[in-house]
Amino acid sequence: MSAASRAPSETDLKTRFTPSLIIGVVIVGFWLLVALFGPALAPHLESDIVTDMSYAPAGEVGLLGSDYLGRDVFSRLLYGARMTMGLALLVTLLSFSLGVILGFIAAISGRWIDGLMSRINDALMAFPSIILALIVMSALGTSLMIMIVTVAIIDSTRVFRLSRALAMDISVMDFVDVARSRGESLWWITVREILPNTLAPLAAEFGIRFTFAILFISALSFLGLGVQPPAADWGVMVKENLQGLLFGSAAALMPAAAVASLTVGVNLIVDWFLRRMGGDVSQELMN
Amino acid sequence: MVRLLIRRILLGIVVTWVVSMMIFAATELLPGDVCHAVLGQGATEKSLESCRERLQLNQPMHTRYLQWLGRLTTGELGTSLANDLQISDQIGARAWNTVRLAALTALIAVPLAVLLGLIAAIRADSSVDRGISIGTLCFISVPEFFTGVLLVYILAVQLRWMPAVANYRDLTRGDFLEVIEALALPIATLTFAVLAHMTRMTRTAVLNVMSSPYIEQAVLKGASRTRVIIRHALPNAVAPIVNVIALNLAYLVSGVVVVEAIFRIPGLGTLMVESVIYRDIPTVQAIGMLFCVTYVGFNLIADVMAIIANPRLRHPR
Repeated sequence: MSAASRAPSETDLKTRFTPSLIIGVVIVGFWLLVALFGPALAPHLESDIVTDMSYAPAGEVGLLGSDYLGRDVFSRLLYGARMTMGLALLVTLLSFSLGVILGFIAAISGRWIDGLMSRINDALMAFPSIILALIVMSALGTSLMIMIVTVAIIDSTRVFRLSRALAMDISVMDFVDVARSRGESLWWITVREILPNTLAPLAAEFGIRFTFAILFISALSFLGLGVQPPAADWGVMVKENLQGLLFGSAAALMPAAAVASLTVGVNLIVDWFLRRMGGDVSQELMN
Repeated sequence: MVRLLIRRILLGIVVTWVVSMMIFAATELLPGDVCHAVLGQGATEKSLESCRERLQLNQPMHTRYLQWLGRLTTGELGTSLANDLQISDQIGARAWNTVRLAALTALIAVPLAVLLGLIAAIRADSSVDRGISIGTLCFISVPEFFTGVLLVYILAVQLRWMPAVANYRDLTRGDFLEVIEALALPIATLTFAVLAHMTRMTRTAVLNVMSSPYIEQAVLKGASRTRVIIRHALPNAVAPIVNVIALNLAYLVSGVVVVEAIFRIPGLGTLMVESVIYRDIPTVQAIGMLFCVTYVGFNLIADVMAIIANPRLRHPR
């Protein structure tokens, strides 16, 4: 009949392994390998100046040309993979543990603690994230450490909201009541009853948060507020070589394309995952 | 409904107030004070003293907060720490560039998104729908600087259809065509950023309505799928769609910061980023407040529209 009613059940069976999932896995797998082994395979160091020619076209110097200082773009791209993905993973792990722990605490605590934590969370979410990061960094400075913590905290507000809602839903279910009347401790209920039942949505959220962290960190680096040169980070590389576009150099385009391909790859996987659960990745990504 | 509306508007005011306190308090997080941070290690006792004098750091925090709030509402924002210019003059000179960019983007992106969303809903599960779905997913995922750099590379560098860098300072007096030519790439970049999400949400909103019994009735009486969607489903999907539009206009606040940096447009976003780098805290606070008020405002409008557009809330039993 109508499209909405037929969407979940039938397509679920048909879309066990869709082409888009396979493309996503291939892209993400590729970048993971690059992040792990890239720097070891890179022909030059990230800060090595290999030519006195700025913006040498691809093929003439190295595989992908040289950047504004005459460094090898290909090598920097490999180093950047580790930097960008490593930072994003670190931020995601931080924001995730913070958000899930606080969210669960809010869900199983009484009204007052929950109310207080939720209001603080609401206040942080009332800011556009990049503006909040800018305000904090203007006050505390623009070191790498401050950026990691700031982005992680801003990101954790979204995890908090989701994990609190998930835990709330599950904590009123019968099997949790049974566990309570059996006399189980709060810890046991949280870890053995609630956590296992929230794993699937939380796994999808991890992918979304990872994308968000990549976009956020590279945007801050692009604005000159995140990773500082000469370290190779994809966002920094775009910023450094932006001028080169005027001379027809693609040195800024390649790191930007690297970020884009990685985030598209992760989202293809998350989208497949969410579709199986009956959701939509775009709804999550906008915050 | 009126009570609901008043409650939502009051909530908006409270949120704005809390946001203003947090923006103000951000500078109080520092170990030491703002002057130490801004002037750095090399500051002499005298320069610290005059800086504190200027920012009135000798007074207690709540007095300074109230004064700051008062200055915000009157537009007397004081002078920048970086260059001694009046902050309100700097904001005034650059605000138009930002507002024009965001407004033109909204003008293009909103109708286009609704149209694409409707097409996707009418042809749900067809190849057109799949194409729109994959395309929008990609555009949601990629950073603004990728879209921007790619557009410049293809349209300005390879094809030479438009200028890669325009002189935005002269645009205040330029004629309409010049403005459009200079702003075409920034507008396109921002449009891609918000278009995808609005398209997807429009499709979802229409398809949600499509599962209600009265739609089944319309189908059974023999109306075509296009007619069912335009005449029967769309009117009831207006509320969520308007909601999504307002939320995306709020998102423009963040998008504008990055897009201005790509194209070096002298707007509020670039001013804010420069001020963060120079640690010109009064300017950051002022622009931050402006952005946040806009953001909270659009979110408020989104909720108010949703309340007004919902007949069940409009005529409570």
